[in-house]
Amino acid sequence: MLWTYTKTTAFYLLVAVIVVVSVFPFYYAILTSFKTGTALFEVNYLPHHFSLANYVTVFTTGVFVRNLGNSILVASSVVALALFLAVTAAFALARVNFRGRGLLLMTILAVSMFPQIAVLAGLFELVRAFGLFNTPFALIFSYTIFTLPFTVWVLTTFMRDLPMEIEEAAIVDGASPWVIITKVFMPLMWPALVTTGLLAFIAAWNEFLFALTFTSSNETRTVPVAIALLSGASQYEIPWGSIMAASVVVTVPLVVLVLIFQRKIVQGLTAGGVKG
Amino acid sequence: MASTQSTIRVAPTGPGTHKRVKSELMRQRLRAAGWFLVPMLIALAIVAGWPLLRTIYFSFTNASLTNLYGAEWVGFKNYLNWTVLKSGRVVWSGLLADPAWWNAVWNTVRFAVISVTLETILGTVVALVLNAEFKGRGIVRAAILIPWAIPTIVSARMWSWMLNDQFGIINDMMMTLGLIDHKIAWTASSDTAMIAVLIVDVWKTTPFMALLILAGLQMIPRDIYEAAAIDGVHPVKTFWKVTLPLVRPALMVAVIFRLLDAMRIFDLIYVLTPNSAQTKTISVLARENLIDFDKFAYGSAESTMLFLIIALMTILYIWLGKVRFDGGDR
Repeated sequence: MLWTYTKTTAFYLLVAVIVVVSVFPFYYAILTSFKTGTALFEVNYLPHHFSLANYVTVFTTGVFVRNLGNSILVASSVVALALFLAVTAAFALARVNFRGRGLLLMTILAVSMFPQIAVLAGLFELVRAFGLFNTPFALIFSYTIFTLPFTVWVLTTFMRDLPMEIEEAAIVDGASPWVIITKVFMPLMWPALVTTGLLAFIAAWNEFLFALTFTSSNETRTVPVAIALLSGASQYEIPWGSIMAASVVVTVPLVVLVLIFQRKIVQGLTAGGVKG
Repeated sequence: MASTQSTIRVAPTGPGTHKRVKSELMRQRLRAAGWFLVPMLIALAIVAGWPLLRTIYFSFTNASLTNLYGAEWVGFKNYLNWTVLKSGRVVWSGLLADPAWWNAVWNTVRFAVISVTLETILGTVVALVLNAEFKGRGIVRAAILIPWAIPTIVSARMWSWMLNDQFGIINDMMMTLGLIDHKIAWTASSDTAMIAVLIVDVWKTTPFMALLILAGLQMIPRDIYEAAAIDGVHPVKTFWKVTLPLVRPALMVAVIFRLLDAMRIFDLIYVLTPNSAQTKTISVLARENLIDFDKFAYGSAESTMLFLIIALMTILYIWLGKVRFDGGDR
């Protein structure tokens, strides 16, 4: 009896540790974002101060609002583009049997394994040659390298699992492949599209290397770069309050989305992995 | 288009069938498949294939940021080169003779191996917890998704504040608990910079690992455990003899994906420990040379090397693991 009791306690202790460790840094960032002045430099574990001054600073001084706009524009355009190209490609890869399909899928997976730095020099040249340097288009263009293979891969695994019968019925009715995709598969695929789109959106929203390299002015930066480069006059004057406020602003929407779509996201993430 | 179509053929429908007669329907489907694939293939060729080839090309030239097109071919000079001085001494130069490069390689490998090992162990623990039936499981699953959802840059800054030497809560916590007797400059000190990076990476990525492992765990039929319990097998033994072997395929896939991902780490290190020789990885070093130091060709050579290393790892994995990528018929 005592043994089971200890075991249960130990288990719940472990659960508590997992939850606290996961949530604490974000909680502490929120806590810090409400502090100003000298309050920043005292360590509190529980909320003591409440001031929105940091949020006001973030939104009124500098170009953080522009940065937010850039991030939203870039991430949503990239997702739209990737989904558009991926849906038809996934149909071909999942539903049509052709020689070289395995090789093609492997190549697509290989592209998603590319180290971004390996294409940085070449992309830098392309971006400059197309005159896209320091514009959001440079990012929309370059982010395709990781959003497209991912969306194709996940949508292919999803489409493969749809029953053959639905498609057969449509074929018997004389539907063309394009009609089959738009009229038969699309309605069934909304959940998959939302999940894949959301995951691709998060990846684009968080991207840093390309955003850092292909933009050079404050106005064209995306949020991660803006937050990374937020600094004071010297390294001893890092504006921690504003940094935390900005961090909370860009993270809260993501956390809310992720919590709403929990189940779907977990499915999407695991579909992104290959089966061994 | 023509080249795509020529590779698209109907797979034989069964053993020994040599039907050359394709139905009109089949032909239509194949034609459509070709058209459907072309836009994606073109897009990938432009954003991935071409830039990769250009990077490799630049690594054999003396290109600089300001002079991309006037670059001259220099062969393997960026990789390895030697000059014989009048005194007869041989001076080696290039990537493979550069201590900074080997330092970055060592940092990258060390980071990848340690972080993935820790993430696998902790991820398995979290996955086992989530696989158990208990009250509040939903809350735990939601909680572990939070580190995953937070952008890497944001988590880097959050943690650099928590790890701050003067005002950081981590130092405060450890002092209170008596674990340390003086405040540690986690991100700045050369002894702890890598530890700081590892802490943040493990915190951020363990959830992903846990979810992948959990997916593997949930595929194991429950009756196996029931059978083991009825036979009176100790739960620890059940874990080693039943759970682990059955979850191994899923675990291996997760480990490889993470390993390849860890090899290319850039953002966390760039923000958390800037200019620290103890944590500078290949990606960070390559970008520094490419953009900041205007050694474009040299940086390209470093990028190409990283690509080769990762490509080699992938090929080895596919070859050793005999992974099926075609995913055809289940």
